[in-house]
Amino acid sequence: MEKLTKNDVHPKIVQALLGADTTFTVEDALDNEMILNMGPQHPATHGVLRLLLRLDGETVIACVPELGYLHRGYEKMAENMGYLDFIPHTDRLDYLSPPANNVAYALAVEKLAGIEVPKRAQYIRMMMCELSRIASHLVAVGALAMDVGALTVFLWTLREREKVLDMYDVICGARFTTSYTRIGGVAQDLQKSTIIEIQKFIDELEKSLEEVERLLNSNRIFIERLEDIGVISYDDAIDFGLTGPSLRGSGVDFDLRRDASYLYYNEVEFKVPVYYEGDCLARYFVRMDEIRESAKIVTQVLDKLPSGEIMANNPKKVLPRKTEIYTKMEELIHDFMLVNFGINPPVGDIYQAVENPKGELGFYIVSKGEGHPWKLKIRSPSFVNIQSIPHMTKGYMVSDVVAIIGSIDPVMGEADK
Amino acid sequence: MDFKEKVIQQLNSQFPEMKLETTDFRGDFCIKFSPDNLLMICEFLKNNDQLKFLLCEDITAIDWASRTNRFTMVYHLFSLKNKFRLRLKTDVDDSTTSIESVSSIWRTANWQEREVYDMYGINFLNHPDLRRMYMPEEFEYHPLRKEFPVMGIPGSLPLPKK
Repeated sequence: MEKLTKNDVHPKIVQALLGADTTFTVEDALDNEMILNMGPQHPATHGVLRLLLRLDGETVIACVPELGYLHRGYEKMAENMGYLDFIPHTDRLDYLSPPANNVAYALAVEKLAGIEVPKRAQYIRMMMCELSRIASHLVAVGALAMDVGALTVFLWTLREREKVLDMYDVICGARFTTSYTRIGGVAQDLQKSTIIEIQKFIDELEKSLEEVERLLNSNRIFIERLEDIGVISYDDAIDFGLTGPSLRGSGVDFDLRRDASYLYYNEVEFKVPVYYEGDCLARYFVRMDEIRESAKIVTQVLDKLPSGEIMANNPKKVLPRKTEIYTKMEELIHDFMLVNFGINPPVGDIYQAVENPKGELGFYIVSKGEGHPWKLKIRSPSFVNIQSIPHMTKGYMVSDVVAIIGSIDPVMGEADK
Repeated sequence: MDFKEKVIQQLNSQFPEMKLETTDFRGDFCIKFSPDNLLMICEFLKNNDQLKFLLCEDITAIDWASRTNRFTMVYHLFSLKNKFRLRLKTDVDDSTTSIESVSSIWRTANWQEREVYDMYGINFLNHPDLRRMYMPEEFEYHPLRKEFPVMGIPGSLPLPKK
């Protein structure tokens, strides 16, 4: 292993690692301590997350995360493109659950522009959100198990996730970058055959979850690597702004789907799983329970799915269908105006947050009445959750760090924007 | 009583001399005040038994480009007890481009303010660790300011030496 030199680590980062009162460079010898550079290219850090660890033997004394390796400047780009054009970019935020991001963004713009969306479209959106939650949590559980040494589970959960991706493919024509929502509805309607296929997947999901649990829940190595590791207390979890499964693993009963209801989550029944230990194992249990609750929601949505339109009838703000553009004059004009001049929502600002698989994804949009947002801020859950890693890792071993990262399940596409 | 009125009533009874502007757009409730009062108000909102805004969801800034006091700070708070979201706004003084840090009140503000510092160049007073969040430390510009071009500035990000 090559030794770290001064060029690898900026002096300010060293300062953050060692505390403000020390004057020290990387080359200096420490008595019992060493500085370990983890990432950005490391399979266990879930993307390009770089951690600098200050170690005493194998114990972590301090940890400084470094972000920005995947920074693409989405907030800047959003200010320079129309509201409709930004939808494909939301796919690339949390790339493990693109439909959920699409829905979050569409809801934000609709709130700003005051567009009423038909109920069928909202129900389909709900279903897509829950399917993406299932897919994302399956990866999270599999990757967590892989991080602590159980490789088989990863293959099994990814096999299940693959089925969800195949369904995305049938529903909207793309496996990863779905771009499924439009402002005012969804791009395509659900077919009857798709509904049957989704229901079949949901029915079989329980069996594969049990398979996974049989491998993990009584696996002594898995339990011992996660139990009482990375503990964060109830108060600290709120103070650090954690959201999603990481927050509910610390005993905080908070879920935006229930507490700040959007779409039609008030019409379906589901429980919010809460565990009180605050360790990595609790966060794993929360995810497993959430997969089951999501499956329940999908079943209810498919049962109750109302008939009707999938796009709002609001020609000044909602794109017309392609077939109509080619055959009708009015629609052609509206399409031209919308594509060239944009939606032009009223002057004002809104914040719309949804419960994504990773936590609270929020969009804060400031409008000056133009076709593009004056400002668009993405409140990404992974970014805020990563902030608590130094607190969680303090006092644990190096090998626990990977387990802690896996249990928080950050996605760098979202954290780095 | 509406919770919005309750927030205002509590703030008015605690700080009778303070000037508060409220707006309500599409159900989002927002309070605007002078930057000098920021820490007092935040501390009160967090610790008051009836309000309990324990979760600081988001901190960001807006660049208005051509206005005196061009930057506005925006805070989103959530009260888990009352299931209510509140937005706070305060203008940043042009002459100093700096504002008090709220990271002593909510620890999550630490990184969020670092991001604002990185993107807008607003200085946070009494911040424990004010470094850039995304851009490298040597970078001279603040990308989300309106005068920064979308294309970027050629040569502003040197490639690492081989």
